[in-house]
Amino acid sequence: MSSASAKKLRPKYLNLRALLFEIRLPLPGWVSILHRISGALLVFPFAAWLLYMLDRSLASEQGFQAVNSYLDLPLVKAGMLLFIWAYCHHLCAGLRFLLLDLNRGIELPAARRSSVAVLVVSLALTAFFGAKLW
Amino acid sequence: MKRTVVGAHYGMRDWLAQRLTALLMALYSVMLAVILMRGEPITYPVWKDLFAQGWMRVATLLFAVGLVWHAWVGTRDILMDYIKPDGLRLTLQVLALLLLGAYMGWAVQILWR
Repeated sequence: MSSASAKKLRPKYLNLRALLFEIRLPLPGWVSILHRISGALLVFPFAAWLLYMLDRSLASEQGFQAVNSYLDLPLVKAGMLLFIWAYCHHLCAGLRFLLLDLNRGIELPAARRSSVAVLVVSLALTAFFGAKLW
Repeated sequence: MKRTVVGAHYGMRDWLAQRLTALLMALYSVMLAVILMRGEPITYPVWKDLFAQGWMRVATLLFAVGLVWHAWVGTRDILMDYIKPDGLRLTLQVLALLLLGAYMGWAVQILWR
């Protein structure tokens, strides 16, 4: 009886609380869930936001200047930084998934290394393009 | 896995389309990054001339088509995974399609004003 109650509850269903506090999601798992989250953010609101800025900036000289000064607002810059991160992470993680599809780097140590690389490279790219934006 | 051939494509087309559009968008992204960071300051005339060129408009249109297709596969996957009630999922899928269709129309309007 005691052995049964001491056993961990199985199956374990994942929810946000479990993900954050109850289990330790391995790094490839983080890359995967962040790929989904960044993808969803890119569809909405970022695609709409960028289309709006492209529209205004191409419409007229005044529109172009307006978008330029709009991009100087701190909140807008923070939003752009999040966009840049989402884009870079989605791109890097996506390339990793393409390689995994081709059976490249599917052993656990290689998969762990590449997931670290995705997180690091996308943050570095964000810093690089963020610096360009400033 | 043994599969009965009934004409369904088992998601293979979507799976492949998602990957091919991903490559297309990656190439466009690199191209745009290179163009924008050649060192030339991006003023309004530079910006306008870039998008006035036929090849740039077509490349951007292909990017937009790729994006909408790719985003539809991704959105549908996410909704299938997390939204269990059929009615709600269908509603959200229709809304996602409308949104992506609107993006497409908007992009065409911007490119060929």
